[in-house]
Amino acid sequence: MSMRDMQAREGELTETVSQILAEARKQGADGAEVGVSESVGLEVAVRKGELETVEFNQDRGFGITVYVGSRKGYASTSDNGTEAIENTVKAAVNIATYTQDDDCNGLADPELMATSVVDLGLYHPWDVEVDAAEAIAATCEAAALDVDGRIENSDGAEVSTSRGCTVYGNSHGFVGAYSGTVHAIQAIVIARDDKGMQRDYWYTMSRQSDLLEAAEAVGQRAGERTVARLGASKIETGEMPVLFAPEVASGLIGHLVGAISGGAIYRKASYLVDHVGEKVASDHISLVENPFIPGGYASRCFDGDGVATSAKPFVKAGVLESYVLSTYSARKLGMTSTGNAGGVHNLLVEGRTRTVEELLSEMGDGLLVTSLMGQGVNIVNGDYSRGASGFRVKNGQIDHAVDEVTVAANMKDLFNNIVGIGDDVDVRGSIQAPSILVASMTVGGS
Amino acid sequence: MSLLSQAQTTLWEPGDITEAGVEGLLGDLKSRQADFGELFFQTRVAETWVLENGIIKEGSYGVNTGVGIRSVSGEKTGFAYADEITMSALTSATEAARSIARTGGDGVVQAWKRTEAPLRYGNQNPIRELTEEVKIGLLRDADRVARAQDARIKEVTVSLAASHDVCLVAATDGTLAADMRPMIRMNVSVIAEDNRGRQNGSSGTGGRRSLTWLLEDGRVSGLAEDAARVALVNLDAIEAPAGAMPVVLGPGWCGVLLHEAVGHGLEGDFNRKGSSTYAGRMGAKVASEHCTIVDDGTLADRRGSLNIDDEGSPTQENVLIEHGILKGYMQDKLNARLMGVPCTGNGRREAYSCLPMPRMTNTFMRAGDYAPEEIIASVSKGIYAASFGGGSVDITSGQFVFAATEAYLIEDGKIGRPIKGATLIGNGPDVMTRVSMVGDDEALDPGVGVCGKNGQGLPVGVGQPTCKVDELTVGGTQA
Repeated sequence: MSMRDMQAREGELTETVSQILAEARKQGADGAEVGVSESVGLEVAVRKGELETVEFNQDRGFGITVYVGSRKGYASTSDNGTEAIENTVKAAVNIATYTQDDDCNGLADPELMATSVVDLGLYHPWDVEVDAAEAIAATCEAAALDVDGRIENSDGAEVSTSRGCTVYGNSHGFVGAYSGTVHAIQAIVIARDDKGMQRDYWYTMSRQSDLLEAAEAVGQRAGERTVARLGASKIETGEMPVLFAPEVASGLIGHLVGAISGGAIYRKASYLVDHVGEKVASDHISLVENPFIPGGYASRCFDGDGVATSAKPFVKAGVLESYVLSTYSARKLGMTSTGNAGGVHNLLVEGRTRTVEELLSEMGDGLLVTSLMGQGVNIVNGDYSRGASGFRVKNGQIDHAVDEVTVAANMKDLFNNIVGIGDDVDVRGSIQAPSILVASMTVGGS
Repeated sequence: MSLLSQAQTTLWEPGDITEAGVEGLLGDLKSRQADFGELFFQTRVAETWVLENGIIKEGSYGVNTGVGIRSVSGEKTGFAYADEITMSALTSATEAARSIARTGGDGVVQAWKRTEAPLRYGNQNPIRELTEEVKIGLLRDADRVARAQDARIKEVTVSLAASHDVCLVAATDGTLAADMRPMIRMNVSVIAEDNRGRQNGSSGTGGRRSLTWLLEDGRVSGLAEDAARVALVNLDAIEAPAGAMPVVLGPGWCGVLLHEAVGHGLEGDFNRKGSSTYAGRMGAKVASEHCTIVDDGTLADRRGSLNIDDEGSPTQENVLIEHGILKGYMQDKLNARLMGVPCTGNGRREAYSCLPMPRMTNTFMRAGDYAPEEIIASVSKGIYAASFGGGSVDITSGQFVFAATEAYLIEDGKIGRPIKGATLIGNGPDVMTRVSMVGDDEALDPGVGVCGKNGQGLPVGVGQPTCKVDELTVGGTQA
């Protein structure tokens, strides 16, 4: 069965937005903003060469925020029908009768609204049939199983595609629509040796199916990663340099973004309160947002408040230039929105890059981390302590696989101790990071 | 009125859905070569209130309604869902789901077996039990009490969430069952500040309870006091040690250790597929003899409890490990059938738009013989962990982590200075054999747990008595 064209839904969803805003006005809201969305998708999973699951996804719904004076209420529903619109607006208005006045509430200033919403090339539907998707997943899994005889089991390979349309509008009269697609291929396999079993995975993801890595290559990488983990052991507790591979480095940068987010700052829930203009990382790195990358995973012309996005640095050579602000958090801090309601739109890590070999060589003896576990990150005080696995590096060369260790530091030290970044950027997310070398962290082991 | 007839009124009447109509759709699912077909109807309403910075800042209300339809043929599953409960939406989702099975089947649907499981909680909608004024009053009380604890308490955030879930399962095996599930949760989190810096503390409680439960026994003040206490303790915290050492885990919420080290690895799907470190080890010794671990969805009013699971099977008490010996896995219908064992009432799904899987309910360790003080006194140098944040596990290697949010050094058998938050890491089967003492103070967590698997989040309970692990790696900064 073929999927609906979601881009063609923009017109109708735009009308639904107007209808909801009109209903909000009718029910006495002084201001309102609404997001209406619809999406469809297909996920096909294969395990051990056999079709395992076929899932057809279709979601829709809207959420409305109303302002009554400076009080706010929010309601949402999975139903876009007329009766649901009335009931949902009513629920939002009811909530706003019990919340309290807050001068920071309300729509963003009208002059901040995006004035040009251009096509960022986010919508590239992939009309893949179930049989074809099954064949791609099977190819991917077979390539993974083929890597090594010790890969004896599989958690399957999956092909997924989704397309959706979201329309945001508010009572300033701003309305903006964007449609987008995301496609992915992934594989997870399991290998065994006399020490036990290990699993690992790999995936490719893109808005454009012809930009996905080949299924064979994804499978092969999954297989290679899994086999490389075999024989892993703990290492002795100690201080050493740690190289974060790109697939885990983006999470690391994500914690720093969390610590400079307006919401954390105005709640005083960050170790970086009152740090604009100060050093928050080593001068080896800059964090630059580019919302306008064609086909970028998080490309946007306007944020969740309708505010125009802009290309800008948040951190320049280690110095914090600006917090990541929505309309509300900006007002709480007496600042101006940076167009980041809903998060960062393609954050790139910039600086002088080196090859991974150069970074390993500079590290000498240390730990290369390729996988992290758990939630041991506290941005209030900066304490960072997570489970890790990867490889012991000696004399710049990978020596053996490591697991069941922790890596810990205070985030202040961690980011200031970055001594180099790689040229191997992982482009599969809203934060695109390369390998990151930290001069010293505490590794907990035996 | 039975839960089933109430659920039929809520879910079926607006779209004129009838038992005969549903039976017809199940027949369509079986008319292909399918072993099993199922329709899962659900509507969920949820309300949240948030107090921040001394004012009632936010509230939200949401409704989610739909139906998930699956067709299972051998190990293959076809799944589709619709966000409206009308015959035409059901028919097209049925058509999509059954496309998984490609050859003809018998079309036979078993006669309805109406399941009326024993009730483990009330069926009321908690949102409507208290007026908005009273709910907001609870938030204000918590704010006031937290700030009154100490001048160093600078920021207080309080949230109150209540939801009500009505669901109905109809399947080709004759299942016709419904549940109505209340859920409440209240959380207080604070930030304390002095000249040494800022620290946070939080405390929460909840369950499948009435909101009026929060009005009893000083529960709201208790949460506020506890959150403030943890933040103040953490102001005094010193750097945590790094390396392998004895760890004593406090009662209740520390049961998250079991959830990660043992629980996930004993879910039926991972064992059928052979991807769990516990696969093929039924009857083997996988933990020390002090460990008896159960999963029990029948406990009254608990966050992880269910009258029926999301496939319509009544929940039960399942002994997973008895005196260290592996006794049972947790099963849903698909994995039970493929492994040739009974279903254990552990088939759960986040919502109608997700496929069910074997999941935990309330997972806990039974009491042992030791007094908690005796356990602490037995450690000359190690740490005592009183509370944890989240954890996670790699079920294949058995490696798991969990992060301590309130912990102390133990020196010469006595609890000493508080230490900063740190991750603890170990290997499940390995760590469980090193549980050397189990306390007599069995306790369940206060009702705040969320378990994630394959992107689906579900409410669960965990619990354990005080217990000692002889060696666990602590991920502090002091090597």
